[in-house]
Amino acid sequence: MTTSPIPLLEMRGIDKQFGEVHANKSIDLQLFSGEVLGLLGENGAGKTTLMNILFGMYRADAGTITVEGRTVSNHKPADSLALGIGMVHQHFHLVPRHSVLENLMVGEPGRWGRLDESSARERLLQIGSQYGLELDPARQVAELTVGEQQRLEIIKALFRGAKILVLDEPTSVLTPQQAEGLFQAVRAMVADGVGVIFISHKLHEVLGIVQRIAVMRRGEMVATIINDNNVTHLRLAELMCGRELQPLNKPTISRGRSLLRLVNITVDDGRGHPARLHKVNLDLHAGEIVGVAGVSGNGQRELAEVVAGVLTPSSGSITVGGASVDRANRRAMQGYGVAYIPEDRMGDGLLTTLPLSDSMILPRMHQPPFSRFGWLNKQAIRQFVEQQIEKFDIRGADVSIRAGMLSGGNLQKALLARELAFNPAIVVASQPTRGLDVAAVEFVHNRFLQLRDNGCGVLLVSEDLEELFALSDRMVVMYEGRIVGHEETEKTTPAAIGLLMAGSKQAA
Amino acid sequence: MKFTLEPRAHTPTWLNISLPVLALLATLVFCSGLIILAGAGVLQAYGALFKGAFGSKFNFVETLVKAAPLVFTGLAVAVAFRAKFWNIGAEGQLLAGAMAAAFVGARDVLPIWSLLPLMIIAGFVAGGLWATLPAVLKLRYRVDDVVATLMLNFVMFYLMLALVDGPWKDPLSGYPDSPDIRMDAEYPILLQQTRLHLGVLLAGVTAILIWLLMTRTTLGFAIRAVGENARAATHSGLPVKRVVFLTAVISGGLAGLAGVGEVAGLHFQVMASLSPGYGYTGIVIAMLARLNTLGVIPAAIFFAAIATGAETMSRTTGVPVFLADVIQGMSLIFMLVALLFTKYRIRLRGSESMYEHT
Repeated sequence: MTTSPIPLLEMRGIDKQFGEVHANKSIDLQLFSGEVLGLLGENGAGKTTLMNILFGMYRADAGTITVEGRTVSNHKPADSLALGIGMVHQHFHLVPRHSVLENLMVGEPGRWGRLDESSARERLLQIGSQYGLELDPARQVAELTVGEQQRLEIIKALFRGAKILVLDEPTSVLTPQQAEGLFQAVRAMVADGVGVIFISHKLHEVLGIVQRIAVMRRGEMVATIINDNNVTHLRLAELMCGRELQPLNKPTISRGRSLLRLVNITVDDGRGHPARLHKVNLDLHAGEIVGVAGVSGNGQRELAEVVAGVLTPSSGSITVGGASVDRANRRAMQGYGVAYIPEDRMGDGLLTTLPLSDSMILPRMHQPPFSRFGWLNKQAIRQFVEQQIEKFDIRGADVSIRAGMLSGGNLQKALLARELAFNPAIVVASQPTRGLDVAAVEFVHNRFLQLRDNGCGVLLVSEDLEELFALSDRMVVMYEGRIVGHEETEKTTPAAIGLLMAGSKQAA
Repeated sequence: MKFTLEPRAHTPTWLNISLPVLALLATLVFCSGLIILAGAGVLQAYGALFKGAFGSKFNFVETLVKAAPLVFTGLAVAVAFRAKFWNIGAEGQLLAGAMAAAFVGARDVLPIWSLLPLMIIAGFVAGGLWATLPAVLKLRYRVDDVVATLMLNFVMFYLMLALVDGPWKDPLSGYPDSPDIRMDAEYPILLQQTRLHLGVLLAGVTAILIWLLMTRTTLGFAIRAVGENARAATHSGLPVKRVVFLTAVISGGLAGLAGVGEVAGLHFQVMASLSPGYGYTGIVIAMLARLNTLGVIPAAIFFAAIATGAETMSRTTGVPVFLADVIQGMSLIFMLVALLFTKYRIRLRGSESMYEHT
């Protein structure tokens, strides 16, 4: 609500160019104390650049930034923290080997060279209970799930007393219940006078929490609108991509022969820790999409890794197309036609500082046409990569660009292109649309439906229930390493699945 | 003026070529201050340095002969570092290779034609085997590779001393060095009346072969991928541990070949002074070459030229030979700065920036 006459933050005429890319074209943006501003736009629309300029990571070519009426000049990220600008990035900035508490205290001044651990611990627990963002201070960050790591990033910003909080795709790793918890936290912060800039692609969430919406497209601010009853999903989506969207087309097809069967798959370390997967049974048939729902860290990642051949189960059996493949590694599974889209596309998928072509041929570099007798065929590689860039419309890409320079959506397209290029029989995808924009999500969803129509079996692990309901033919729900529910999509509801995800024994 | 760094999407070729040259010029400019302090003319001193390194057939050959072992150890380190196997142990692997070559080269039972090939193979295998120890420790027991490879250098050095001062002592000379290898086991001289031996040529050929390995083969691709992101490599089905192990063997083997060259080309035996730290200098060479295996050749020649040229410079202009160490050290520092600009570009801003207080 615009209660204060002076905006908390005002960005005026912000302009930024990277070489030939005009990332921000004279952008104006205002944020008032006590409001949540939704910032929408496709990948590459310039949202992240704008936020990086706000945070002092980049310097604008032109424009002014005013915080509480004071012009900010030449600020660096450290100054931004002092100004009360907090930022939770899409990719986390945490020290994996340090504990939750230690990560919180990085950059704290301390007293006479000593860090005040006990009061930091107290604040952590207090923030945790106040906003429902609980975390064990002693746990190592490396052990946290992606969802928990993000929780820590949000706590970190709150811990430093942020007045302006930028949340970049904050809900992409949360369950609906957790997201609701986050929204409550955001509402509590806003009530305290904090201004929140909320970047998201989930339109229903944006509409649920923000007071105003700013929409960017191709480096320009195309609209700033008040969130009232006249604003619809469709209108926002069309503002973002500048064209009309087609609804998903999901024909009914009869499911085909069994492609994959897991029987009593268990993964444990044999040292008495709770099993990461416990006697999991699962079937996947040709021409169906099986959704795997669950709160992050309940065994979905392990399930995907077992099917992909990355993780070897401690017991149980796997058959692919009737053949027993119990101990098959990733390469063998690939040979059986199992494509794999890992959850962490930067960490597990790509070689970010090497040319894109390296990432694109990584799983198949040892095979023709990419190599023969151990000798790489540069021309075939270049041809393949160029073809895929075109086929999947990977924007801003060429063969030799460093893969890490691509935006999230284009990175995901590159991964899909590489995994789907050789007609897989089975596709295992973990969080394939996390952090992607509307157009990229539409693209991925249509690909999966196409695969299904062509007789492929898709195992889709997602924390986005909307996505699971839109795509899946069947759904399984995981809780603490077990499959606790198995439902036909048409005969269940998001509420019922949500209860199962939370560990309730029975679906409502 | 303010400036910021921005990441580059591509690194243009002209930059990759011109930056090392600029780093070299910056080094020479920096060190000219020290020459002035030593009371000599900058141009005279650098002129003498250049003449001492390349001025005559003899000097040129000396430079190349000194560069040969540095090419091998530089390659050893460059290959290992690409896979993020932090092999600080080229020194020990060099000694292992030298000892194997000296042992094989002194066997009377072997036919003459087999001596050189067998010495090369034995040297490669010995260096490679010595590197498998830290590789297995790292892969199986997660022992830090920096510490393991570094410590094994001392183990190998004192093992060699114990041998040449004990069971392997040359009975003829009575000094703590090994018996000479057979005449037929010496690398042939390529240029009469000089010390230019076959090993120098082999160093160049090896650098090209290793460059082909790293850029044109699936193994080289796997080495780079594993070094860049081992998790992504695992998730794409690459046998990561096997790749690291093979990298260690190749790296150790290359360092071993440095030892073979020193024995077969120069000393014909092993003794305490066989290597003046070629293994450690190899780390600097590899960094100077930015882990590019072809770049190792100019980097090694540069280091060797500074070392040979400094003698002449000192004799004719009175600048202390230690300036060579300064030049070598500073060149690495300037090169590391230059490296930054291959990945980032600088953006300069005038002071009339919009960010001034109003």
